[in-house]
Amino acid sequence: MRVPAIEIQGVRKAFRRREREAGAPWWHRGWKDKVALHELDLVVEQGGVTGILGPNGSGKSTLIRILGTLLTPDAGAARVFGWDVVTEALEVRRHVNRVSVEAAFFKELSPWENMVYAARLYGGAGNGTRRRVVEILTQLGLARDVIDQPMKQLSRGQQQKVAIARSFLTAPSLLLMDEPTTGLDPRSKKEVQSVLETLRAERHITVLLCTHDMDEAAALCERVLMMDGGHVLADGSPAALCRAHGGATLEGVFMHLTGKTLEAEEEPAEVST
Amino acid sequence: MTVDIRRSDLSALLGFAERQLYVYKRYWVWEVVWLFYSIVSVLSIGFLASGLDTIGAGGAGFDLHRAQLYLLIGALLWGYLSLVFMEAAYAIAWERWEGTIEYTFMAPVRRVTHLMGICLFAIGYGLARTFIVLLAAIAIFDIDFSHANVAGALFVLVASIAPLIGLAILTSVLPLLSPQKGEQMSFAVQGFMLLVSGVYYPLTVLPAPLQLAGAISPLTYALAGMRRSLLEGAGVGEQLPTAGLLLAMGIVLVPAGIAVFGWAERRAKRLGLLKRSG
Repeated sequence: MRVPAIEIQGVRKAFRRREREAGAPWWHRGWKDKVALHELDLVVEQGGVTGILGPNGSGKSTLIRILGTLLTPDAGAARVFGWDVVTEALEVRRHVNRVSVEAAFFKELSPWENMVYAARLYGGAGNGTRRRVVEILTQLGLARDVIDQPMKQLSRGQQQKVAIARSFLTAPSLLLMDEPTTGLDPRSKKEVQSVLETLRAERHITVLLCTHDMDEAAALCERVLMMDGGHVLADGSPAALCRAHGGATLEGVFMHLTGKTLEAEEEPAEVST
Repeated sequence: MTVDIRRSDLSALLGFAERQLYVYKRYWVWEVVWLFYSIVSVLSIGFLASGLDTIGAGGAGFDLHRAQLYLLIGALLWGYLSLVFMEAAYAIAWERWEGTIEYTFMAPVRRVTHLMGICLFAIGYGLARTFIVLLAAIAIFDIDFSHANVAGALFVLVASIAPLIGLAILTSVLPLLSPQKGEQMSFAVQGFMLLVSGVYYPLTVLPAPLQLAGAISPLTYALAGMRRSLLEGAGVGEQLPTAGLLLAMGIVLVPAGIAVFGWAERRAKRLGLLKRSG
């Protein structure tokens, strides 16, 4: 029996923040907890693309950051390929990579310099690295001359493609994609989605895709979880969810379940120190 | 497995150093400006010694060359030490500015490797920059190295690397503890080290509580040891107790720094501070 890619049992996460009651003096501030994830249970088997759908503040990014070992849950346990994200974080990190909404790069450095840095951190840099980087970037439709230009000179779509290329350079078994197409122009968005489809077809990899783009989820995901306010509201294939909740689209299903659209809400503010 | 871990650690160590080198290459104009600033700072300290003599503050037995060398050693070493501190403190702050902090902390790299990579590059770069400043000082001032024992001074310099790494790691914890005020706090720590470590004056001129603080600062022993070699010609053999003390401090400070950093990282993960905006 294969170990699940993701196994989450009773994971809960809240953030504390200092707040002042209306009308209270400026020095009178108390701590308040904002729950980002209520007790969550989830199993994702290896392979395929699982979508996490929900508006801002639904707990998607918190879940991704827990799986990426950047946050520790307050309660419960999360495992990636059987390794605990808290006690066996180093093992988890060897198998996980992430593409986030903002391409996280040293903006003054070139794609090549950023990618060779990533390759070294993941222990994969060698004589053939330059060839592999060029190969992946070309596959993603980036011109060869882009590789040595500073990242800040690249468009957001190009930067996001480099981020995807970087994640594949390190050959992750689990790819966490946190709104990879948010904020991209329609053409770049389509290109990135097409890259995802191609790469998904070519590799045996588990993808967890967080998005609030219902069409993107319907097109790319075999399974979809709908989240709101830190709760999972629905779980199934896009077609099954539409059937079960009488919606023609996932947007309709979300409206049926929550009574609201996917308008942006504020993410819970985390503690400031 | 052990070989694999060592190879991946070495690869990551090289990765951090190489990344810093790329960053410095891109920001080379800034580096030129900082180098110029370092040179004029050290030169102004050298001229301060000349000024003391000119305004009659030196007294009858005033030895200009000795005073100049005493102050220049302090200025040069402080330039080097403060650069290493700044680099280590900025290891976290810089990643936050660039938005790469989550990526770096998600990489399968042991924190000790991460921190050593940053510190070793900072030490190498700091030494190279200090050497250039030293050449400028030699060109301007008539420095008398006739009594100097360079081997003894280098011996102390090498021994001081271990406690310096420990202190730098401890300083780098501050931006992790407080994303908004950590950098400023690291400057405050630096300023306090400057005050109590005998950079420009002997510890004896300080009030007793500050002398006590100076006595537990490894920088005090590094500076005193190097002055003994460069001003009085103390050789490697005479520097053995100082080097031993510095190594002992390093043996305590490096693991302590890594342990404190580990605690701060766990806290940051609990509070959600490991992100670009903090």
